[in-house]
Amino acid sequence: MTAIDLGPAKLGAERLIRRKTLLAFALPAVVLAYFTYIFFAFDIAGLAQRANLDNAVTLASDSWSYKTHVTRSNRDGEITYAVEGERKGAYPEGTRPDWVTGEEIVTVDLGKGHLVRLLPENRAEVTIPGFGVIEAQAEGRSVTTNLPAETPDWINAGPRRVAITTPEGRITLTGSKTEVFNYFPGWELFWFTFDSPYYGHGVMQILFGDRIDPARSNLAGAWADFWGNPMWRHGDVAWAIGETILMAFLGTMGAAMIALPLAFLAAKRFAPVMLLRAATRRLFDFVRGVDALIWTVVLARAFGPGPLTGALAILITDTGTFGKIFSEALENVDEKQIEGVASAGAKPLQRYRFGVIPQVVPVLLAQVLYFLESNTRSATIIGAITGGGIGLLLTQAIQTQKDWEEVAYYIILVVLMVMVMDWFSGWLRARLIGKKD
Amino acid sequence: MTDATLSGPPRVDTIQSSYLAQVQRRRLYGGLTLAIFALLMVSGFMVADGRNAGGFWDGLHNIGDYPADVLSEAWEKRADLPALIVKYFPALIETVNIAAVSTLFGACAGLVLSLLSTRGLARWPRLIPLFRRLMDVMRAIPEIVIALVLIFVLGGGPVPAMIAIAIHTAGALGKMFSEVAENADLKPVEGLASTGATWAQRMWLGILPQVAPNYLSYALLRFEINIRASAILGFVGAGGLGYELRNAMAWGPGRFDEAAAIFVLLFGTIVLFDQLSSRFRNRLTEGHRA
Repeated sequence: MTAIDLGPAKLGAERLIRRKTLLAFALPAVVLAYFTYIFFAFDIAGLAQRANLDNAVTLASDSWSYKTHVTRSNRDGEITYAVEGERKGAYPEGTRPDWVTGEEIVTVDLGKGHLVRLLPENRAEVTIPGFGVIEAQAEGRSVTTNLPAETPDWINAGPRRVAITTPEGRITLTGSKTEVFNYFPGWELFWFTFDSPYYGHGVMQILFGDRIDPARSNLAGAWADFWGNPMWRHGDVAWAIGETILMAFLGTMGAAMIALPLAFLAAKRFAPVMLLRAATRRLFDFVRGVDALIWTVVLARAFGPGPLTGALAILITDTGTFGKIFSEALENVDEKQIEGVASAGAKPLQRYRFGVIPQVVPVLLAQVLYFLESNTRSATIIGAITGGGIGLLLTQAIQTQKDWEEVAYYIILVVLMVMVMDWFSGWLRARLIGKKD
Repeated sequence: MTDATLSGPPRVDTIQSSYLAQVQRRRLYGGLTLAIFALLMVSGFMVADGRNAGGFWDGLHNIGDYPADVLSEAWEKRADLPALIVKYFPALIETVNIAAVSTLFGACAGLVLSLLSTRGLARWPRLIPLFRRLMDVMRAIPEIVIALVLIFVLGGGPVPAMIAIAIHTAGALGKMFSEVAENADLKPVEGLASTGATWAQRMWLGILPQVAPNYLSYALLRFEINIRASAILGFVGAGGLGYELRNAMAWGPGRFDEAAAIFVLLFGTIVLFDQLSSRFRNRLTEGHRA
């Protein structure tokens, strides 16, 4: 008896094991083949040539440091000092960084013995330890130097332009101007720019010290100058973040409010008419399938760029998603509670209100709150396309390819924003549904 | 006995009144919450409307203009549509490839991260919070941020988008995977440990067979999401269908037939993969239950 039973069982087991063995080898082989195809389709080999490591270095160093430009115009000999070379970051008239000394001969100390001396008649001397002194003279449109024909690769010398890059700073000489960049770690002028009276004062001084600006109280004045900081634009950035959250909030909640009644039409339990049900479901599939990208593009034509367009794009896409999720939740509703309410004499609308809604609310709320968090991320992306919110600021800052410290600042803010929204939606979910995740 | 009946009516009274008071308070709170919510929605809408370039009510009539323009032009040139679809098919393949590769990489990384951050399974239990925070950060960075930075370094093309989506996928799947792994039966792991299996062997042979259907189902869901994401990232310069769509849009009228062809391709792809994956996922979860 057992011998007869074991035969086919053993055969079956062997067949199963053979199938598993085949699968265990075939699956990695298929994935490997796919990756080989991708290697050529994405041109990974050519990536090394396209990649720009200089860009990576600029990005990495600029995002946590800043440079102060010392610029001498060779036309009138005037010297200006500015953080990042921007007008908004310029030192006020008559002041200059303390690493610049001298009156007739201005000496810029870049640190570790690297000295740049700006001499009269458009001459400049650059002292580099271990290399020597480079002398340069700008005449008309050309620059003459004492450099030998063979220069090390950190010096880029031509008849019109000489660029010297050292770890301490960069010196660029052209016929029209002499520029010295001095690098420092940190985000300079993050709190106040030079034109604010509060620049250079500590927190304690501003909070408890004497009044700095006689016209304003310290706290109000400091806040106004910080909020309106022309370099970092804190006020605008806060508005942009608010816009992004607003897009996510309006889109998610609006979608939930529209999808809830429609979901009743798509659920088998509540919509006996097959045609209506099928039509509603296809509508959900359609708006979901068109995708937020296309909705954004279409809506931007009608409403122009801005947060409302983004909110509507999220709203339309998520109406489809919510409709699908809600109608599935409605189909799994327990009939007994509806019967119970009905037996107490409830009319149809009351049956929905007291028999159905309490059952589905936890599921729906959990989904809505989850989407609120995920849509904050989508709103950043949609903002970059349609032009609103922090997404726009971020893309603009990246596209200018120079304000990497601002890019780093925005990235940190975006990550914080998403994490706060994640925490907030989890907290609200726990409060409303009483379940911890 | 008589005492009980005598003191009965007032107690019912107090119960009723306190119940009614409670109901009233609940209604008040409910009403207040609703009012605050309505206020937030309305004022939020006003703010958004005010900061938008075009107003909501002015734009509402024009909402159909652009689709109508595109459709009418596409209809006029409907003979070219099949040729355009063929022309943009390689871009579509690229978009799907970006999604597929990033899902594969992201799922592998998410698998490892999830096992490392699940209580009872972790290789280094002390490092669980570290891996969890790592996943939180990976999840929180929007794909567009990584993609834009990588486009600057690596140049345009599919690779930046792939890396960006893979990082996000690893974080998102890691969290879901870890929730599944928490409910896995630990007995096979103990059995394997008693035979001297290494950590990798214990996970591979003891945990993975239990969680594979759920993991696969989540990974498929992620694949659907990633197709959309890769199309969107194309729009900011990462290649594929989104990139072609932006170019076609920039040309404006006269090339709307190209935009229409891309719309059709994108819509078809999303719907197709949604249907395929939801069918496959249903089979996975039902097979799991049986």
